[in-house]
Amino acid sequence: MSTTSTEEEQTAKPRGDTILEVNDLKTYYEDGGILGSNPVKAVDGVSFDIQRGETLGLVGESGCGKSTLGRTLMRLEEATAGEVKLNGTDITTLSGSDLKQFREDVQMVFQDPDSSLNERMTVGEIVREPLDVHDWKTPSERRERVRELLETVGLQEQHYYRYPHQFSGGQRQRIGIARALALEPEFIILDEPVSALDVSVQAKILNLLEDLQNEFGLTYLFIAHDLAVVRHICDRVAVMYLGNMMEIGPADELFDEPANPYTHALLSSIPEPDPTVERDRITLRGTPPSPRDPPSGCPFSTRCPVKIRPAAYREMDPDLWERIEIFREVLRERSRADPSLSDRVRKLLGRETHRAGMDEIIPELFGDFDAPSDVMNHIREAADYAENDDEDAARTYLREEFGSVCDHERPEQLAVGNRGRLSLCHRHEAEYEEPATVFETLVQ
Amino acid sequence: MSTEQARSARTEGEPLLSVENLRTSFYTDKEVIRAVDGISFDIFRGETVGIVGESGSGKSVTARSIMRLVEKPGRIENGRIMYDGEDLLDKSAKQMRSIRGGSIAMVFQDPLTSLNPVYTVGNQIKEALRLHRGLSGSAATKEAIELLEAVGIPDAHRRVREYPHQFSGGMRQRAVIAMALACDPELLICDEPTTALDVTIQAQILELLEELQEERDLGIMFITHDMGVIAEIADRVNVMYAGEIVESAPVVELFESPKHPYTQGLLNSIPGQGLDEDEQLATIEGDVPTPNEDPTYCRFAPRCPKAFTECDTIHPEPVEVGDGTGRHRASCLLYPDDLPTEEAVAVHREGGQRGGDTR
Repeated sequence: MSTTSTEEEQTAKPRGDTILEVNDLKTYYEDGGILGSNPVKAVDGVSFDIQRGETLGLVGESGCGKSTLGRTLMRLEEATAGEVKLNGTDITTLSGSDLKQFREDVQMVFQDPDSSLNERMTVGEIVREPLDVHDWKTPSERRERVRELLETVGLQEQHYYRYPHQFSGGQRQRIGIARALALEPEFIILDEPVSALDVSVQAKILNLLEDLQNEFGLTYLFIAHDLAVVRHICDRVAVMYLGNMMEIGPADELFDEPANPYTHALLSSIPEPDPTVERDRITLRGTPPSPRDPPSGCPFSTRCPVKIRPAAYREMDPDLWERIEIFREVLRERSRADPSLSDRVRKLLGRETHRAGMDEIIPELFGDFDAPSDVMNHIREAADYAENDDEDAARTYLREEFGSVCDHERPEQLAVGNRGRLSLCHRHEAEYEEPATVFETLVQ
Repeated sequence: MSTEQARSARTEGEPLLSVENLRTSFYTDKEVIRAVDGISFDIFRGETVGIVGESGSGKSVTARSIMRLVEKPGRIENGRIMYDGEDLLDKSAKQMRSIRGGSIAMVFQDPLTSLNPVYTVGNQIKEALRLHRGLSGSAATKEAIELLEAVGIPDAHRRVREYPHQFSGGMRQRAVIAMALACDPELLICDEPTTALDVTIQAQILELLEELQEERDLGIMFITHDMGVIAEIADRVNVMYAGEIVESAPVVELFESPKHPYTQGLLNSIPGQGLDEDEQLATIEGDVPTPNEDPTYCRFAPRCPKAFTECDTIHPEPVEVGDGTGRHRASCLLYPDDLPTEEAVAVHREGGQRGGDTR
């Protein structure tokens, strides 16, 4: 590979050529319950597109649905609704020979090179397998191709007859990459390809992936949780949370000036390898809610530090507001936890259950606080519901009283800036303050 | 001798824990692997000492050696681990049991493996309280709830009766930390405590550790492979490579002016260090070697861009490379850099002859 050919590749690349288009894609995992199932909404209505030759990063915390999204695009999971168009063809309905053809065009590299390579096959067999399956040319040409591929990914020809356990983690990941390249795909999904590797090895694999992209004009979907890696390698970045795409846009812009509150908090929580940096960290409270029972409004509303408050409480002490939010989270947690057997027996016998105990949590949260009496009345009202084991009623009551547009309405993806960035947040609407402005006041 | 006496007997300037020339080897059929090979470092009260290195560099074995948790075929062969004026390596198994989880506690990487799935979280905390502090019944429950609250678990009254699987990953790690704090330890050894967690949860745990340290004046030994985490939490850093500490320095100095070529390479291979769009990441050639021979040469030499002939025959000794206070040391033949190379090499040659086994 020479630099001139790379440059030609790049100039030849047509602008605005969409390779993949995803519209309102949903992937639910049904729990197979007979009476009214309550599916896990792993991917809950996601739309985006990928241009030919670009690298789109997909980031988010574990359980946000990024891997499921990747696997759905590969047809390793069945989409529940929506469409995925590769070069204009909807692939969610493909079958038979069309599906097989599609599998030539799209390949995947998995996170863990230990579990994605068959220990009983030689490296040559592993890399040749896709060629065999797709009946590519003649057997001797296949062997020749495998040797070429090994060379391409920085391994040696004589590695053909060795077994995966004879290789280090980085080398094994190279084998996985060689296998993905075998059928000359146009689009590769990289699912955390460097997460299991040490930083010096990781750097080599990232450099290899960049070289390969330039050489073969590949398009990548790069799934990762390491934001520094994503910033380095990606052209555009999409941030996922609880099955939703919170923000998508050019990498530099998104990292320098995050628009969405979740992106903002996520970025501020990355430890920077520079001890002198004094940052205004926004530490999020709690953990993401269960994807079985996502919040009815904005997916991030349960943890959002810049959530819109109802007009009546806009001037409330931030500390008190925080405690109300914690109280709501406690109720949410309680309604999610199944009552244990001993709790059920206790209830049948008319004894006090462990689930009650509101007389402990209220003083714990609000005891040392001189809260306005009307607020405390609402809290006690909700606590009464909870005391009678009706957490749902308590939650509804609090949502009606302390909730805002963030709790009631699902936000739309709104345009931010002029480079095609989209962000899922009510605060981008004209009537509210922008998230960035509110963050500034928070930090002070 | 009771811990109370020991605590008062110790003078202020003395380190809480002092590891001297520790060597831990693993005996396999094929070879003897010196997973930890002659390392020395101190931890003072109220400070966080980071240990950073790639996988296989011996970080975890160091932690396990201090806790005397090295199992066959591993063996602590040499060195001293001074705690409370006594060598932990001289303690009986029974004495060790009361120290472990008592005055020295440990937090592991994966909270699920350090929690027992069939007991409630409360029960497990109470077990520690019973064993080390003799608390039981409602007093223990009360203390357990207070500990869960101290590590920021909301609704602790209910949570104390729940099982580990009912906790999320971050909550589990908080519970493990609560358990470690149960006996009011002086030293907390954290072995990659945030590696299995998401960044937003990691931020919570790091914040929690800092708070607890301030409250309780804990000494923390923090093992990680993540330079970002080290920069954030550590006061002093030891960089490990193939069983040895190659550089040790106060955190700001280490990041501002790394001296050892390995540290420099490690820092340069982190993405996002002000690289231009098309610039490639710096890499370190080759892989981490397995330390299976006597240290008669520099183990980084085969991968080192600055290596010269002597690197293959002389073992580098830690030398002062900072401002003269002895706080920044690197083990590399290039230093001390104010001497001509030959003289610098001679310093290391002599140093190597003086040092010997203490056990």
